[in-house]
Order: sequence, then structure tokens, then C-alpha cells
Amino acid sequence: MSGTFVGMPAFPTAARAALGDTQLRRNLAHATHTIRDKRARVVAEVEDWEELRIAGAAVKEAALRDLATHLETLEASLVRAGATVHWARDAEEACAIVASVTRAHGADEVVKVKSMATQEIGLNEALEAEGIAAWETDLAELIVQLGEDLPSHILVPAIHRNRAEIREIFRRRMGAVGRPAPEALTDEPAVLAGAAREHLREKFLRARVAVSGANFAVADTGTLVVVESEGNGRMCLTLPEVLISVVGIEKVVATWDELDPLLRLLPRSSTGERMNPYTSTWSGLTPGDGPQEVHVVLLDNGRTRALADEVGRQALRCIRCSACLNVCPVYERVGGHAYGSVYPGPIGAILNPLLNGVSDEQTASLPYASSLCGACFEVCPVRIDIPSVLVDQRAAVIDSHRGDRVPKQEALAMKAAAWTFADARRLRWAERASGLAGRVLGRFSRTTLPGGRTAAGRLPGPAAGWTGARDLPAPPRESFRQWWDRTDGGRDGGRQGDGS
Amino acid sequence: MSARDEILGRVRAALADVAPAVDVPTAPRVPNRGDLVALFVERVEDYRATVTRCAPGDLADVVVAALDGATTVVPPRLGIAVPGAVVDDGLSAAELDRIDAVVTRARVGIAETGTIVLDHEPDQGRRAISLVPDLHVCIVDASQVVADVPDAIALLDPARPLTWISGPSATSDIELDRVEGVHGPRTLHVVLVG
Ligand code: SF4
Repeated sequence: MSGTFVGMPAFPTAARAALGDTQLRRNLAHATHTIRDKRARVVAEVEDWEELRIAGAAVKEAALRDLATHLETLEASLVRAGATVHWARDAEEACAIVASVTRAHGADEVVKVKSMATQEIGLNEALEAEGIAAWETDLAELIVQLGEDLPSHILVPAIHRNRAEIREIFRRRMGAVGRPAPEALTDEPAVLAGAAREHLREKFLRARVAVSGANFAVADTGTLVVVESEGNGRMCLTLPEVLISVVGIEKVVATWDELDPLLRLLPRSSTGERMNPYTSTWSGLTPGDGPQEVHVVLLDNGRTRALADEVGRQALRCIRCSACLNVCPVYERVGGHAYGSVYPGPIGAILNPLLNGVSDEQTASLPYASSLCGACFEVCPVRIDIPSVLVDQRAAVIDSHRGDRVPKQEALAMKAAAWTFADARRLRWAERASGLAGRVLGRFSRTTLPGGRTAAGRLPGPAAGWTGARDLPAPPRESFRQWWDRTDGGRDGGRQGDGS
Repeated sequence: MSARDEILGRVRAALADVAPAVDVPTAPRVPNRGDLVALFVERVEDYRATVTRCAPGDLADVVVAALDGATTVVPPRLGIAVPGAVVDDGLSAAELDRIDAVVTRARVGIAETGTIVLDHEPDQGRRAISLVPDLHVCIVDASQVVADVPDAIALLDPARPLTWISGPSATSDIELDRVEGVHGPRTLHVVLVG
């Protein structure tokens, strides 16, 4: 399977470890709150933000609903503009295409623009296996690559690192792969950015092949769009002789004019700016300007699987702004690594199961990595109803276990509940037992829930799976029916039962 | 079956239950903001770029002052003389890396977002010349300023390579602290004529 980090444990296990890392939690809280505030300010500046969202969602939805037509149009426009178009069913095919184009030019390295699609297909590792070095040129990607780390955020992959950690990584690792960090390197962000500029410049000037993704691909004009901040994208898109762009088939928009709402929505949602520093667009070749050989790899890799999902297909509207990560209470506390994929946060929790299916335990745990609070839907610039898709994917996980010989704990519990609720005597008995449990659990409880009710922490035995990631409220000592019998429905002013 | 046919087949199968038609509403326009040129200046300055406004007759002098003696490359048809500047005739990236500054025109300015768009016609030159040098002096005519993104999109020709520039190169990758200047020009000086 692609797009997921090999060997990652399921979300609850990874989250437990992440929650124990106080440095990580501090870095994340600082970063997500900063960017959340910036976004809120520039979004408030747009009077008709909601109409803009509706227009943006409609542009993407219209493109997806007639995707085959638009893909054929895109291909024809690209070819007319001098580009070579390739199609890749999966990660392996896409990586092989990039490797073979690179090799055909006798190159043993490529410079890369930050791209989720190439991360998803594991391109760097695949190229390395072919003896081709792939240099990440986005600052955060460089930090991740030099630190032999994994990305933890869509927009700011090194969001889990603070400035002191970044300085250490630069000092220890830059020299091994190129120009070393200067002796006088401090942990000032401007100084660190300066070191990255020096380190990467020789690679930009030397590289003959560049690899990019695309934020958008315009069908009627064959235009690809890359949105960025640092200028590393412009370097890669302009200086090398050969440019290979790996583009997910869901990146298509029908017409040039339809870029408008998206180019207004993306920077405000993403970096919290009116406009990002640089946006580059190109349509095939321009004689005498930029790469004179342009390849576009149109990538499926699970997207048609997601497209077939009636509820989930809206996730393909995603423009990877990362606003949903920044507002998510779960993401803010556990960070991106716990999701075990290049797509973390709320969008990752739906996109990974949609692209890959829920047959493995790690992916199947993701739809549960949410409190369903709805903050993600509220900020999403293309109005993806992430909570609804999460619930639908939970159902998909349950469905995938229907035929199991050993039923899941949850299925057993639901069966037992149905049997109990079906008969008044059974229910009365169960309630008494639960009141007793409440008294016992109340004594051992370690947590107080909002509202003052006590809760049990991790329970032993078969309930461990459930309580490992949740606090179970201790049952009240007296059930409603017991209270009614004892107080005649409250008429004799009896004391209220409670769980304390 | 080729990958192409297989993918297109899967797309069609996935969408078998779906009606293709969706109405795409026109995106809302910004309300009238009054003096667009003033707004443009304010928003460009917000990115910590420098803006100098001048009359057409003073342009050459203002540009020379902005360059402050830096070695300079200019596109083939800048339209004003910049003393001592190299005219680009296909300089290599390494040659450009030894030049401090570039002067270009622009195609359109966007007031709402403080953005300048280059379409790399001969008055602006190849993409590389406005990228590698560290100082970009960009001449924008007041008549080129439009209200918002959709106005710019309507004017621009997608067949041209386009570079949208909003302030100097920047990053927020370290603790989301904005730092100006990574790989693109670290200084952007906009000269607004008229
Ligand atoms: S799901 Fe929406 S909010 Fe989240 S990254 Fe995608 S576009 Fe942005």
C-alpha cells in the first residue's frame, strides 16, 4: 500500500506515544494556534467568504463528476502545448516513469518541488533504489529529509520541530549531502533560512531534471499551477532542462476561469495570507524559456477507488490547504505522525481509507481518530463534509468485519445490548448490576469528566480495547427506573441518585 | 489494456451513478474598494516590499536609484535605458547567479491581494532572469492595476508562462514565523508609474 508509513502502529497506540512527548505537544500547540489566528484574520476580510467556498466546491465537484471527459481534454491540451503525457495506475508505475525519464537524460539526481503526490507514491525511495538522488528543496521538506524524519503536516511538514532542533539537524547533516551549514549558524529563523538558501543554490544551478506536483491542472488550456512561498518551486520549474510533474487525476479543473475561486481560497486557508508569495503556471513548453522537455504523469493510485464511494468521493475536492489539520483538536494534541501517513489530520483520516481501503488495522483505525466536532468542515475551503465521511468510513470498517469468525468486541457488546433492551426484566437486572459497578468503578476512577462525573481509565479484560483510548463514565449507582420507584417519580422529594 | 484506458475505464465505472451536470455559480466579486492604486500600494507594502510611486518622466532616475549601483540584468525590451546593465541574451543560470539585480516590467497588478503578475513577454524577459538575482525592481503602470484575482485571470493568457508575485520570497516553515527571503529575490522593489 502506498502513502502510509511502513510499520506504523494503529492510531491509538501511536497517539498514546505522541501524547507523552511534551516538547512535541508544545511545538504543535504553538504552531497550530499561530496559523489558525492568521487564517481567521484574512478570512474575515472577505465579505462573501461563504459564497466563495460554495463556488470553489462547485468548481471541483463539476470537474470530478465528469472526470473522464476533462482528463481527455487535459491530455489533448498538454500534448498540443508540447508536453508528453503518461498515465500511472499506481505508485510503482508512476515511480518507474519518473526514473526512466531521468535515466534517459543520464542524470543521477533530481531537484524536487514540495509535492504530496510524490510523497504518497514514495518517489524519493524508489529513485534512490535506482541510484538517483532526489533533493527536497522546500525548507520544511529539507528539514525532514536531512533529519531522516517523517513529514507531520501537509503544509509545514516539519511543524513538529522547533528552531533549536532544526539548527542541530542543519549542523549535523548538511555537510554530508552538499554545502555544509556555516560555522556561525544560530537558531534565528532568518539565519536558518539563509543556510538553506546557500545549501540548495548549488543544487538548483546544477540540476538537469526537476520533479514537481501541481496544485491544479486546467483541462481546456493544459496549464499546470504550482502555489508556493519560497521560490524553490520557481527554481525547479525554471532552471532545469527537463521537468516531470506527477499530478493526481483529481487535480483537474475544467477551465482557466475556474481557477479564480480556488486561487482566492487556497492561500487564505492555507498560510493565512491574502496571496502566497509565488504562483507559477505553465502550459507545456515555451521556446527559449524554462525546461524544453516537459512530462506530466497522471496518477490514479486509489483515486478511482475513492471516486466510486458515493459519500467519500467529495474528499477528492481537497486542495491540500491543511486548514482542517490546524483546527483539529485531535491533530493539535497528537501531531501528524500518529496518523501513519503522508496525509495526516482530518483529511488523512478519510483520504487514506478511501484511497487504500480499510483492510489493514492501521488504516482502519483512522476514521476513529476524531471527536466529530465538525471544526474541519467549517474551515474547509471546498466544503468537504469530513465528519459525515468519517462516520461513513466507520461503517465501512464495521462492514469489513461482518464475516469475521471472531467478532469484534464492539459487535458482541451491541448484540448483548440488543438482548438486554428487548426485555424489561433483563433491563432491570442489568441496571442493578451496573449500579454496583458504578460504586466500584467510582472508587477506582482516576478521571473526572466535565460536569463532575467520575470516569474509569483503562479497564482490564475485554473492555481494554475500548477504554484504551476513551474514558468510560462510571455508571450511576441508581438507574432512572430505580429512582422513580423509590421516590414515586420525585413526588416524595427523595434524594437524587448520582454517580459520585 | 494501457494504463490510460484502464484509468479512464475505472473513472467511468466509478461515476456510473452520477449525473455530470453541476451548476458552477459565479464566484462573488469584491465590493468597490475606491482607489485601487492606493490599495495596491498598501497591500504590496504589507508584504514588506518597497513601493516607490513616480511620474513617467522620472522613471529612469527612480530605477537607477533603486538599483544603487548593483550589477543588473534587463530583458530585451525593457523600454528604458539602465546604464551599465547587461541585456539578457540567454545567460546561463550560473551567469545570472553572479548578477545582483534585475529590472522588469509586469503584465498586471492585483489591488486586493497586492500581487504582480509577469507573463514573461520581452519587456519582462525569461522566467530565470527575474528569479536568480537577489533584487527585483519591478515597474508597474498604474493603468495595469485591477481590482481582484478574477480580473487578472480574465486578462492573462494561459498559454504564456505566468509568475504571480506577492512580496519577496518568504517562508513560515520554522515555527510558522514568517521570514522574508529564501530562494527567490529577497528584496522586491515595485516602482509604480503614474
Ligand atoms: S480537506 Fe478541506 S480543509 Fe482539509 S486540507 Fe483539504 S481542502 Fe483543506
